[in-house]
Amino acid sequence: MNGVNERTNRMGWWFIGLSIVSFAVFMIYPILSSVKLVFSSLSGDSSTFVGFGNFVRLFHDTTFWSSLGNSFLFLVVEVPIMLLFAIILAVVLNSKMLKLRGFWRLLIFLPCVTSLVSYSILFKMLFSSDGLINKFLMNGLHIISSPIPWLTDPTMAKIVIILALLWRWTGYNMIFFLAGLQNVSEEIYEAAEIDGASKIQQFLHITLPALRPIILFTAVQSTISTLQLFDEPMNITNGGPANSSTTIAMYIYNVSFKYVPNFGYAAAMSYVVMFIILILSLIQMKVAKNDD
Amino acid sequence: MTSSRKVSSVLKYVFILIMSFISVFPFVWMVIESTNSSADILAGKMSIGDQFMVNWHNAFTQTNLIGDFWNSLKIATEVTVLSIIVASLAAYGFQIYRSRGKNWIYSIFIASMMIPFSVLMIPLYRMVSKLGLVNTAWAVVLPGIMSVFLVFFFHQSLETFPIDTIESARIDGASEIRIFWSVVLPQLRSTFAAAAIYSFMGAWNNYMWPLIVLQSDDQKTLPLLISGLSANTNFSIDYGVIMILIIISTIPIFLIFLFLQKYFVQGMTGANKG
Repeated sequence: MNGVNERTNRMGWWFIGLSIVSFAVFMIYPILSSVKLVFSSLSGDSSTFVGFGNFVRLFHDTTFWSSLGNSFLFLVVEVPIMLLFAIILAVVLNSKMLKLRGFWRLLIFLPCVTSLVSYSILFKMLFSSDGLINKFLMNGLHIISSPIPWLTDPTMAKIVIILALLWRWTGYNMIFFLAGLQNVSEEIYEAAEIDGASKIQQFLHITLPALRPIILFTAVQSTISTLQLFDEPMNITNGGPANSSTTIAMYIYNVSFKYVPNFGYAAAMSYVVMFIILILSLIQMKVAKNDD
Repeated sequence: MTSSRKVSSVLKYVFILIMSFISVFPFVWMVIESTNSSADILAGKMSIGDQFMVNWHNAFTQTNLIGDFWNSLKIATEVTVLSIIVASLAAYGFQIYRSRGKNWIYSIFIASMMIPFSVLMIPLYRMVSKLGLVNTAWAVVLPGIMSVFLVFFFHQSLETFPIDTIESARIDGASEIRIFWSVVLPQLRSTFAAAAIYSFMGAWNNYMWPLIVLQSDDQKTLPLLISGLSANTNFSIDYGVIMILIIISTIPIFLIFLFLQKYFVQGMTGANKG
């Protein structure tokens, strides 16, 4: 920084000191000790070095693969739908023709005030076999004759979790797109209108390209958080029926604290998740760069 | 042309009405069912009943609502205050006193955002239990005081801070910490508000880590209380009580949202404009 002399500049370390100390204790130290954990089998206080044993074990652990698969399923199905709805909502809520824009924005954003545990339990109750959703489908709409086993069928359980995620997070992502749209000038649309471009063409060729950096940002964020999904499956289905909606974060938790604890094995799984997050984030950034 | 305009305008309203209805419905349902008995809730009764006071009373007498509310409030407040002090000071240090070493450390901070919590969870748990902090609020508060995201958030907002005002305060002979306190802080009020909301919400809603380190009933937070009650398989669940608990746990965040909407959205999204 120009104008700041060496001595003043050294003062900066005092401001940063507290954060470096807490970062060292609560981030660096845990990471370093996790490196040791990964190569050991540890339950309670007895630790034995097992080399790559934990990773070998991963390959034969069907629950590990199915949990990882579930996390990916939530990622691949939920995130694109959510982002698409978020973009459409943002476009609609940004249009000058719409009356009461502020009011609608408020309503769409409202799910974000609920805690993850609270809304999960509301969804669990709404979708229980004698819950309101089944009652409505049976007695209100008459489209089914017997209740849908939302929470006790492996496929349905996943669908309920996806619906819950969509409810809670679409409005949240919409805010990012709404902010992004403020930078797109009205004139471009007017010019396109004169050239005879349809609304859909305008959306595909003006709106989407303009929102690309935000799509990338929300996609990376959603990827990282979906691969760590825990609160919702834990509280809506408890991973069931029979682990069919258990996510990888839940399985790591179970191996660490619910079953006979094996910290080393759990740590090895968490490393796999970390590498997946790293690779996916890098790919997404690369894709965004190449598109330019 | 005009008729197709009309159609698209009607469609717009239909779409937004349906989406808003879906957004709001669970809230309405939650409030209606808090006035019904557990049996009526299970039977899908969708009208206002007369059990609100009973549910309210049961929530306060049959669960540790007051204690757990207090635990949540205490933890969230402590995490908010401490994490904001640490992060704002750090961001100021990184942004105003740039040097190669500091930039390097800042990059390490930012890179650490990629590390999933499950990697840290087990070593942190072993650390906390070695220190004898399991079942104390410290187990949740201490790891919460370092938020890399908050450092990043303050760092961003300081990017556009007018350096001239700092320089001229220096010429006037103000000490560095005094400049931070009386020149910089007042100008960053809205950033602090947004950061406080972000931090408070995160701590208020935190579930996984408290679930691991707070096992005794008198230390639990609201999410743990609610989650524990509704996962209970030993005796029948009182859904009326659960509705009251969910409403009470939502109210603080709802009020922040209502009265500090602009900061709330900023805090939630980390957006730093406007």
